[in-house]
Amino acid sequence: MRAFLLRRFLIMIGMLALLSLIVFIILELPPGDFAERHVYQLKSIGIFVTEEDLLNYRHQFGLDRPWPERYLRWITNIVTRGNFGLSLIYRKPVTDVIGERLGFTAILAISAVILLYGLAIPIGIYSAIHQYSIGDYTFTILGYVGIAIPNFMLALVLLYISVTVFGTNVGGLFSPEYLDAPWSWARLIDFLKHLWIPTIILGTSGTAFQIRTMRATLLDEKNKLYVTVARAKGLPEGRLLMKYPVRVALNPIVSTMGWELTRVISGAPIVAFVLALPDTGPLFLRALLDEDIYLGGSLLMIYSALTIFGTFLSDIMLALLDPRIRQGEKV
Amino acid sequence: MADLGGLSGTGTASQPGLRGLQTEKELKYYTATQAQLIWWRFKKHRLALLGTSILAIFLIIVLFANFISPMDPFTRNSNYIFGPPQKLHFIDEEGTFHLRPFVYGVTNELDPETFQFNTVEDTSQAYPVQFFIKGDPYKLWGIIRTDIHLFGVEDGFLHLLGTDKLGRDLLSRAFFATRTSLTIGVIGMLFTFFLGLIIGGISGFFGGRVDDITQRLIEFTRSIPDLPLLMALAASLPKEWSPLRVYFSITFILALLGWTNLARRVRSKLLSLREADFIIAAKIAGSSDARIIMRHMLPSFMSYIIVDLSISFPYMIIAETSLSFIGLGLRPPVISWGVLLNESQNIKAISQHPWLFSPVVFVILAVLAFNFVGDGIRDAADPYAT
Repeated sequence: MRAFLLRRFLIMIGMLALLSLIVFIILELPPGDFAERHVYQLKSIGIFVTEEDLLNYRHQFGLDRPWPERYLRWITNIVTRGNFGLSLIYRKPVTDVIGERLGFTAILAISAVILLYGLAIPIGIYSAIHQYSIGDYTFTILGYVGIAIPNFMLALVLLYISVTVFGTNVGGLFSPEYLDAPWSWARLIDFLKHLWIPTIILGTSGTAFQIRTMRATLLDEKNKLYVTVARAKGLPEGRLLMKYPVRVALNPIVSTMGWELTRVISGAPIVAFVLALPDTGPLFLRALLDEDIYLGGSLLMIYSALTIFGTFLSDIMLALLDPRIRQGEKV
Repeated sequence: MADLGGLSGTGTASQPGLRGLQTEKELKYYTATQAQLIWWRFKKHRLALLGTSILAIFLIIVLFANFISPMDPFTRNSNYIFGPPQKLHFIDEEGTFHLRPFVYGVTNELDPETFQFNTVEDTSQAYPVQFFIKGDPYKLWGIIRTDIHLFGVEDGFLHLLGTDKLGRDLLSRAFFATRTSLTIGVIGMLFTFFLGLIIGGISGFFGGRVDDITQRLIEFTRSIPDLPLLMALAASLPKEWSPLRVYFSITFILALLGWTNLARRVRSKLLSLREADFIIAAKIAGSSDARIIMRHMLPSFMSYIIVDLSISFPYMIIAETSLSFIGLGLRPPVISWGVLLNESQNIKAISQHPWLFSPVVFVILAVLAFNFVGDGIRDAADPYAT
C-alpha cells in the first residue's frame, strides 16, 4: 500500500510540473502582451503614449524578459513561497485577488460532487433493481435531458424561472445586504440559500452519467453466481444487495470520481459567469480577455491542480475499496 | 434401416411448413452481412429511430437553410425591433376557420416613458402564409440564384420566433446557426477521427515504450478540466483573424482535447487483435501488414469507432456553443447557436425578450438526438448483445 501511494504521489507531482509548463505556454500564445493592451487602453481614453512608454511599461511589468526565464521565476515563487505572481490588471499579488473567491469555487465544486454522488448512487441502485419500471424510465429520460442541457443553459433557464415565477434574482452568492458584511450566522444562511442553484447546475450532468454507469454495472453484477449463492445462504435481500453486488458495482463509480471532479470544475467558470457568482470564474474570463497571464495562468493551474489532486484521492479510495488494485500495483 | 428412414421422414413431414419457414429465416439471418445485422438490431431501438428522424430534419435544415428560412438572416426589419414571436392564427375575428394559417399585422413601438417596446396586433390586417413565395434573393449552395422561399407572407412580415435587437428574423438566424454549429461538429469529428486513429494506431502498433508514453499523455489530457483550457486556447486566437480562420481554429482546438477516447479504443482493439486467430491466419497466409490492417483489423472495430465518434459529437456542439456564448468562440457576423444565445446571456435580456432564448431548443434537440443514435449504434454494434 505504501509503495502504491508513493508511486501515485510521484506521478501526481510529475503531472503538476508538466502542467505548469503547458499552462504557461498556452497563455503566452496570444500575439501582443498586457503592456500593448494597457497602452491601447490609455490611448483610447485620450492619453498620449510614445513607443518609449510602451517599452517602459513592458519593463515595469517584467514582460521584456524571455519566457523561459519568466516561467522559471513564476514556478519557483509558487513552489517556494506560495506566491503566484502579480496580477497585471489589479496590480496586486494574484493570491490577494483570488483570496476568498477560490474558497467559494472549492465549496461549490465539493458540494456539487457530494450532491452528484448522493443522488446518482441511490437512483442507480433503484433503477437497476426495478429495471423497466416507470421510475427507471423516468430517471433514464431525465438523465438524457440532464446530459443534453449544457450547464450554462440550465443556469439561464433557472434564472428565467426565478425571475418570472418567483420574482427574485438568484444570481450571485449573497443578497445585497450581506454582500460586504462580515461573516455571521445570518450571512451563512443567506449564502446557503444562494448556493443550491449553482450546486444543482454543476451536479446534474455528472449525476445523469453516473446513474447510467451505476445501473449498468449493477445489472451485470446482480445476476452473477456469487449473488445466487448468498441468496441461497439465506441473507436478507437488502443486506445481500449492499454487501455484494453494490460493492462491486461501486468500483467504476469510484475510479471515475477524478473525472467527475474535472467535469464539475470545468463547468464552473461559465456557470459562475452566467450567475454572476463572486468566485474565480469571472476573474478567469477577464484575465483571459485582457491577457493577464499571471492571473489567468494561476487560475488555470489551480483548476487543473484541483482535478489532479482529486484523481489522486479517487485512486486512493479505489485502492481502499478494492484489494485487487492494491495487489496489482505491488507486483 | 428403412424403418429409421421412415421415422425421420415422418418427423419432418409432421411440421413441414414451420420447418421450411424456420430455415428460411435462419438462412436469412446467417447469410446477412454485418451491416444488415447492425441495421436489424438498430431498428429495435425506438429512441434511436426517433433520434435518426430528428437528425434527418437537421440535415435538411443544413442543406436548404436559405430555402426554408423565410428571410435573409441579415435583413433588418426596422419596424419590428425586439419583436416577440407572431402567433399563427387559423380562426379570424368573426370566428371563421381558415385552412391556410395567417398572421395579423403587428406594430412594435418604443414607449418614450418606459423605454419598452409595446406590441399591438392589428386584427384588420391579416396576412395569409404563402408557400414558395418570392423573398430575399440568395444563391443556393453558391450556384443557383433564386428568390423563392419555402414559406412567407406577401406585403407584411412573418417572424415566427420574433426578432433580435436589430430586427433580424430569429427563425432564419436559427436555421443558419444550425448549419454552422452542426458543420463544426462534423469537421471537428473528422479532426478527432484522424488524431485518434493516428495516435491510437501508433500506440497500439508499436507497443512498449511508445505505448507507455502515449498512455500517460492520454491520462494527462483527460485530467485537465477541458472547458477552462478551451477558453484559454480560444482566447489566444488573434482578434483580427477572418471568421473562416477562427471557425477552423475553434474546430481544431475542440478536436485537440477530444481525441483521447478514440485513441484509447483504437489502441486496445489493435493490441487485442494482434493476437487474434484470424489475424495470425492472415499472416501465415502471407498477407502484407497494410492488407491485414485495412482488410482484417479495421472492419472488425469500425463499429466501435463510429460509436465513439457519434458520442463525441454532442461534446463538440456543447463546447462550441459554450465558448461562443461567453464570447470566446465564434463572433458575429458568423451565426452559430452560441452566437445567438450570446445575446440572451443576462437577466435583463431573458426577462424582457425571452424569445431570444429559443435557439436553446435546437441545441437540446441536436444533443439528445445524437445521444439516442449513439446509444442505438452502440447496442446494435455490440457483437455480444442477445
